[in-house]
Amino acid sequence: MVKRKIEILVGFFVLLGMLGLVFLALQAANLGSIGGRDTYKVQARFDNIGGLKPRAPVRSAGVLVGRVKTISLDAKTFQGVITMEIEREYQFPKDSAAKILTAGLLGDQYVGLEPGGDDANLAAGDTIAQTQSAVVLENLIGPFITGRADSAGAAAGAASGAGQ
Amino acid sequence: MNAVARLGAIALEQFRAWGHATFFFMEMLRAVPASLRRFDLVVAQVHAIGNRSLVIILASGLAVGFVLALQMYYALVIYGAAENLGLIVNLSLVRELGPVVAALLFAGRAGTSLTAEIGLMKAGEQLAAMELMAVDPKARVLAPRLIGGIISMPILAVLFSAIGILGAWVVAVLLIGVDAGNFWSIMQTGVDVWRDVGNGVVKAAVFGVICTVVALYQGHETEATPEGVAYATTRTVVISSLWVLGMDFILTALMFSRP
Repeated sequence: MVKRKIEILVGFFVLLGMLGLVFLALQAANLGSIGGRDTYKVQARFDNIGGLKPRAPVRSAGVLVGRVKTISLDAKTFQGVITMEIEREYQFPKDSAAKILTAGLLGDQYVGLEPGGDDANLAAGDTIAQTQSAVVLENLIGPFITGRADSAGAAAGAASGAGQ
Repeated sequence: MNAVARLGAIALEQFRAWGHATFFFMEMLRAVPASLRRFDLVVAQVHAIGNRSLVIILASGLAVGFVLALQMYYALVIYGAAENLGLIVNLSLVRELGPVVAALLFAGRAGTSLTAEIGLMKAGEQLAAMELMAVDPKARVLAPRLIGGIISMPILAVLFSAIGILGAWVVAVLLIGVDAGNFWSIMQTGVDVWRDVGNGVVKAAVFGVICTVVALYQGHETEATPEGVAYATTRTVVISSLWVLGMDFILTALMFSRP
């Protein structure tokens, strides 16, 4: 009887462990959201992918429709090539555009898909032709910095010129 | 010259101890199939090692979850990122704190009792008596405890992480008022099942092997005196803890070095 009791207790222990693992996998991790959904792969080329990472979300109208699978560099054109896995239930026109956007001001980067007007849909293995690269903060701010430096230099030059 | 000789002696002693421990481990592994045939022995050990460590593991996990959530909240709320609380708590628990802290507690709770048990068995010459009766003490006593430890440790670590995340949920969502939907969805986006949860379980299994083998070895090699058992028990905790912390660094570097 003691042996039977121990076996029951150990059974509960192992069961509790399995429940914990299921909780971690489904509620606290991403198994529920990627669990064996049917997807198709689409490529896109960008001049600059910014801080995009594998497994970044692909969104259309803000809705999660897929994920970035791989990121590589095309050795000929020196463009960043990303492969996305888009869920089969979402079909996009062939002339859809892909943008690399940022969630919030400092958030993670994701791919935004904007549907076009073509009758034919993107098929597996297609490449999205219209793309817009990531906004690199340095490139945005750079002109302001150099611009201000120029005007400051001009002002200094004018001042020294007036002094003479 | 004396200093060099002493250094040499220390090195030789270390090598001898290492070799001895390795052979001990190999012989125990060889006894594993025999002990699997008597699985009730393993079940009894899972009960002694796993079930009985459950309370301390769950209590500590809950406390760690509470405290992590509270402290992270103070830092995150400055940046208006309190919703990321769940993600941070989850990643730190599942990747690092769950396996490591559970292993440290495991060494203190289960490892010491294993060492003391085996040490007293040896002091009472029970192991020698078994050998005289042609019962292999490695298959009858040691191997079931090893398997019990390897089974128990990942379960305990998973439960530690799970209850820690629930604790963080209680503090963040119920007490502080972080949005529950964001709390879970940011967590689900940021945590990968295989990379984070899976590697955490692998870590815990490795720690389970380390803690159990150290405990059994120290018990088996103890001097057959009350002081000897006391020393061996202390050494079990110190050596297992250092091994777990060192091994955790190596495993983290191997598992999570790529972004």
